[in-house]
Amino acid sequence: MTVGVHRPGTTLLHRLPVGAKLLGLALLSIAIVVVRGPVSALVFLAVAIVLALLGRLDLRLVARSLRTVLVIALLVALLQWWLFSLDRAVESLLDLVSLALLALTLSVTTAVTAMLDAVVRWLGPLQRTGLDPDRVALTIGLAVQALPGTLALAQETRDAARARGLDRSPRAHLTPFVIRVVARAHETGDALKARGIGE
Amino acid sequence: MPEIRFEDAAVQVEDADGDVRTILAPTSLTLTEQRIGVIGGNGSGKSTLARLVNGLVTPSAGRVLVEGLDVARHGAAVRRRVGFCFTDPAAQLVMPTCVEDVELSLRRTVTDRVRRKQLALDTLARFGLAERADVSVHALSGGQRQLLALAGVLATEPTVLVADEPTTLLDLRNTQMIGDLLFSLPQQLILVSHDLDLVRHCDRVLVVEDGRVRFDGPAQDAVTDYVASVARAPVAGGGSW
Repeated sequence: MTVGVHRPGTTLLHRLPVGAKLLGLALLSIAIVVVRGPVSALVFLAVAIVLALLGRLDLRLVARSLRTVLVIALLVALLQWWLFSLDRAVESLLDLVSLALLALTLSVTTAVTAMLDAVVRWLGPLQRTGLDPDRVALTIGLAVQALPGTLALAQETRDAARARGLDRSPRAHLTPFVIRVVARAHETGDALKARGIGE
Repeated sequence: MPEIRFEDAAVQVEDADGDVRTILAPTSLTLTEQRIGVIGGNGSGKSTLARLVNGLVTPSAGRVLVEGLDVARHGAAVRRRVGFCFTDPAAQLVMPTCVEDVELSLRRTVTDRVRRKQLALDTLARFGLAERADVSVHALSGGQRQLLALAGVLATEPTVLVADEPTTLLDLRNTQMIGDLLFSLPQQLILVSHDLDLVRHCDRVLVVEDGRVRFDGPAQDAVTDYVASVARAPVAGGGSW
């Protein structure tokens, strides 16, 4: 899923303060998880679609971003159907898609730097307890940014295993992937240090 | 130009068996030229020498001073003066979009959000990336990524730029573009490179071999010395396929 790629704009969602958007996302997410049943799941999906339309999300971006989520959601739904009932399966499928769409909408309409500024502002009072708001904000920013980078590493590792005829070996996929992720984390740490960020 | 001084600076590491390995033997140098090249084979210690300049590596013995500041004791202050550009820009770009990545560099010095964004946009424009401001860093070409990495480093206007093999992953066109850019900068430049054509433009070149600076002099002489030393050295595996 493509997260963290902000598209500038002037829609209502682009103009809303970061705090309001994050609070809205948190409340909606809790409601989606807590309120049960396929009908309410459908209503929440409709809300997520309306918000995505309000944010003028690019349809191609939505399709590309939700492709993987949709596959996972379908697998989960099939499992739910087999284990429980069709109602539970539909609810799971719709809930997962709604959550992903809401996260994507927030991501597209909010710059990561704006989120970092908001986190720094909110955590400011905790500075007296020894907490470094800048560092916390940077950690959140890095977590968002790490997703596409880690997916790219997974793809490269899979291609490398295939090229050596090892596409059925989980070890040939996992071991180099973990090593490369750790190595990338070290490189990123060096790069941050070199840029004097987080000091 | 700023003065960078190595005073018997050495780097040693302990390996898993407890054996001490010398990465850089005690080295004393005073660097005041505007463009300094560092060449040598893989694993020769040239990157370690470059990393000592902004404290990414601290010396096990001796010290390194940048404008009189001891890198080991005043790391943060030194890094405000010394920018560092890595071989692989993917490791260096840590924000989702181009403008956000440059903004991240400016967070330390510019607190006003509007001014920070404007400065980031101005920096991108200077590097020919104005139209890519809101594009994902993952959607850039190799050359554009390296340009962005440089923009992120130079946005804070350091007095020294250390570039560790900045063209190794680039094609010929992008190598020329990044090379032209590096040599047009007003900053003091320490360029670690395998590209001998690029290094020929430096005022002074260090040849590093087996953790020692084996030659230190004008670019042409250094390149000649390095090429001759490579020709003399036996090739691992016999040199035939």
